[in-house]
Amino acid sequence: MAVQHAPAPPVQFQTSPSRYRHFQFQVQGDLARLSMNVQQFEPQREGYELKLNSYDIGVDVELADCLQRLRFEHPKVRTVVVTGSLERVFCAGANIVMLRSSTHGFKVNFCRYTNETRLAIEDASDKSGLRFLAALNGTASGGGYELALACDKILLVDDRNSAVSFPEVPLLGVLPGTGGLTRLTDKRKIRRDRCDVFSTLAEGIKGKRAVEWNLVDAIAPLSRWDEAVAEMARSMAAGTKARGEQGIELESIEPEGSDQVASAYGPLERTRWRHLDLSISRSARCAELTLRLPERWETTQAQALSAQSGWWILRALRELDLCLCNLRFNEPNLALVLLRVQGNPKAWRDTDNLLAASTHWLVRETRFFAARVLKRLENTAKSFYAIADQHAAFVGTGLELALACDRIYAKDDEQCAVHFGVTPMNAGVLPMSNGISRLQTRFLGTPEQASQVLAQTEDFDTARASELGLATFAPDAIDWEDELRLAIEERTSFSPDGMTGMEQNLRFAGPETMETKIFGRLSAWQNWIFQRPNAVGERGALTTYGTPLRPSFDTQRT
Amino acid sequence: MTGIDYSQKIPNNVDLASDKRLQRALEAWQPNYLEWWNSVGPTDFNTKDVYLRTAISAEKDGWAHFGYVKMPDYRWGIFLEPRDEKRTVGFGDHFGEPAWQQVPGEYRNWLRRLIVTQADTEPASVEQQRLLGHTAPSLYDLRNLFQVNVEEGRHLWAMVYLLHTYFGKDGRDEAEELLQRRSGNPDHPRILGTFNEPCTDWLSFFCFTMFTDRDGKFQLLALAESGFDPLARTCRFMLTEEAHHMFVGQTGVARVIERTCQVMQAHPDKDVRDYGAIPLDVIQKYINFWASSSTDLYGAEISSNSANFFRSGLKGRAYEERYDDHLALEGSYAFENLVDGQLVREEVPLRNAMNEVLRDEYVKDNEKGIAYWNRVCERMGNPFRFRLPQRRFHRKIGVYAGGHFDLDGNALSQAEWERRQGDWLPTAKDRAFVQGLMQPVTTPGKSAGWIAPPAKGVNDQPADFLYVRA
Ligand SMILES: [Fe+2]
Ligand SMILES: [Fe+2]
Repeated sequence: MAVQHAPAPPVQFQTSPSRYRHFQFQVQGDLARLSMNVQQFEPQREGYELKLNSYDIGVDVELADCLQRLRFEHPKVRTVVVTGSLERVFCAGANIVMLRSSTHGFKVNFCRYTNETRLAIEDASDKSGLRFLAALNGTASGGGYELALACDKILLVDDRNSAVSFPEVPLLGVLPGTGGLTRLTDKRKIRRDRCDVFSTLAEGIKGKRAVEWNLVDAIAPLSRWDEAVAEMARSMAAGTKARGEQGIELESIEPEGSDQVASAYGPLERTRWRHLDLSISRSARCAELTLRLPERWETTQAQALSAQSGWWILRALRELDLCLCNLRFNEPNLALVLLRVQGNPKAWRDTDNLLAASTHWLVRETRFFAARVLKRLENTAKSFYAIADQHAAFVGTGLELALACDRIYAKDDEQCAVHFGVTPMNAGVLPMSNGISRLQTRFLGTPEQASQVLAQTEDFDTARASELGLATFAPDAIDWEDELRLAIEERTSFSPDGMTGMEQNLRFAGPETMETKIFGRLSAWQNWIFQRPNAVGERGALTTYGTPLRPSFDTQRT
Repeated sequence: MTGIDYSQKIPNNVDLASDKRLQRALEAWQPNYLEWWNSVGPTDFNTKDVYLRTAISAEKDGWAHFGYVKMPDYRWGIFLEPRDEKRTVGFGDHFGEPAWQQVPGEYRNWLRRLIVTQADTEPASVEQQRLLGHTAPSLYDLRNLFQVNVEEGRHLWAMVYLLHTYFGKDGRDEAEELLQRRSGNPDHPRILGTFNEPCTDWLSFFCFTMFTDRDGKFQLLALAESGFDPLARTCRFMLTEEAHHMFVGQTGVARVIERTCQVMQAHPDKDVRDYGAIPLDVIQKYINFWASSSTDLYGAEISSNSANFFRSGLKGRAYEERYDDHLALEGSYAFENLVDGQLVREEVPLRNAMNEVLRDEYVKDNEKGIAYWNRVCERMGNPFRFRLPQRRFHRKIGVYAGGHFDLDGNALSQAEWERRQGDWLPTAKDRAFVQGLMQPVTTPGKSAGWIAPPAKGVNDQPADFLYVRA
């Protein structure tokens, strides 16, 4: 079968429960039930069928949406049962034909996004105390088991047939799940030799042995399945607390208009959101992403709560998250994003004071969400330059955005109001995936520099930002335009692969966590395997899977 | 060696005595097997003397010996067809290479799965049929039931021999689990759907042996081609036994039809129910049920497993030698796919359609059986004609499971299906009626009123032969 790269229609990242096609989502009291019911004939693009609850990006977008809504719309929920609506099958993992017919870039983006979704499950458990029970009513293979691994507990039906499995290595010649081996070794702490056996056994492991090896937490027979699920869900709920009573509804976010604007590198197509402008030049392979701080903002907790999902920071984060996803999937050729934050820095100070100190569940959720969006940015395979020019307000959470970028260009010009500043949000409230703050990561060898930055009680300008080690370059008014132009032209001329590799190496200095390992292993190994003839060559295992041909391998070990 | 060594605890023609490790493993499994037989086999008849045939050699002629035996004392053993030293792999990527006497490591898991799936059906059918002895319509039928039962037990032995011999600890674990799963048990059911369906009346039993054992025949034919020689030789011998099971079904249903035709002839304007016979259209419904359920056993139409099994030389096509091209790399197979509710003609690579190729052979064979029953109608001057439901009808597995179809394979709406399925499948009322007829007849030479007597005795015994005695 020829490998065909189907032209991908844009991926839509906005959805809501009433529009879910692949999940049944119910909330009853403190229990939510999320049942996977993938519609075979509703793939995200043509060319494959979603058999056996296999998933594609369209399915995962719904899962991600649901997790997000659980956190904001259902603060009463304590336990989430993740199960399947098909008989004998929980979930067969990522759809193979979809993977095979995707471009390499799409595959990587897909894996990255699905990883983020699974990490969002763990984040919800860790930060919000939501407990996830994977109730595997049938076989969970590949990404299906990975989804289960992301949950706190796994209950597997014991019908003498249903198993958990990672068939990727034996059947497809690629790595399991979407980071699955890391979860086996580091999360469930399964012995490496057993992981080795498990990962080469296409049919997987079932029943008592699955419990013995800690692949699942418990098994239950079919006749008392519902009971066992309910029991386990109840006991998990007992170990945690509801966060709040009444949730808010996450309003749908739509662009408010679009137009064309001129720029130094040609006309830009600009999409205006409430708090963001995203302007794109496909010919220059460059985008400008500008967060416009509101002119009036919620200053007290009461105001923030009554604004609900219209609270400016929550809305702005959601818009930013959506734009990042769109940039990744729907603008694959863009190389560089120029990120600006503009407006009154006081907006940050007021907002951050709330975000950092409040114990109200909604404020906390917003804070956790900010951490996830920042991580999304850092996991995006684009170059990011923070641009501090007129009206720049890189303060607090805004400063985190700048610190998440690969470089910070700050204009050193008295005519130009540039604001940098720190708030409590810079002191570890928004950890990176390596578990430490962006300042700590930036000044890994000189922690005193981080402290020095944190000691700034007032806003400061470019010159001070330079001294403090925040600005990468601080051109003056004369050089600014040209420096910027050159930086853009140079960046977009480099090999995109070289850039992705370099950036991913540089962004996460410091300690390893399960999260950094998952993304690190994924980009280093999976992306390598995905490119190798042994997987995707004419007789590669991924190519020949499901065809009459057997794979044939280049036997050289690398 | 082909002679069977009956001096051993486990009769065999594989020189078990020389492999102490294997012998010990099988001898350890044997009591568990007997415990299984004694708890979920035809338990209530364990003390009866049953006139059974026992294999005494694996040669084509003269392999069976007839005599009275109590079922738990049946000499379940291990019989393989004689080995052909020159045998080569007959299909797939290894075509022409010497057949394997050991499991190739690369294919170990696939082979184990194939063997376990086949093996699981053997004890399953014994469990499904375990209570039928209480309602046998004649001693002849009672004996046939038990013959089928003990041979299914032996088929289990044959598969367990392979698991123990070639699959190490995993194989022994699987052999244990074969005794732990139970037909129809919600917690640990048998692997395949049909083998969890209740089979509590004799019309179902005859349909089962006709249609479900015939699936067994074609699975065995495909496995008899296996490049793994011990599996091929095992299956070839099992086929000789399987033939009798289908004979029981084929002639059993024919005798029910014959009886109904007789009643219709004698009382043309009456309901045959009033005379204790089963209406022909009810028989047709039972056919529809068991034929469609058994058609599922071949698996999905397009299957990467089937392609894998074929290319690796593990499972071939029935009568592989009749094909010219044993690689099946070039050809394609056209079938009607069900895409979003529409039937769409699609070509798939031949290797991926091997399930369907085997199903084709099965359907053809079923058609012959239907023709045989229609000849009974014809001979009796009855205009009724039986039919095989089109393969899309009432499917639970494969693409057609996603829709509803009538007996001709035309798509139906859900509502239409709900409305009409009672015309095609046995209703609760039909089942209750048939169940009501199930009264044991134990007088030698006599048969129940809903079935005609057999044309010929077992091993040429007279009509009033005492096939089962206390
Ligand atoms: Fe059998
Ligand atoms: Fe049989």
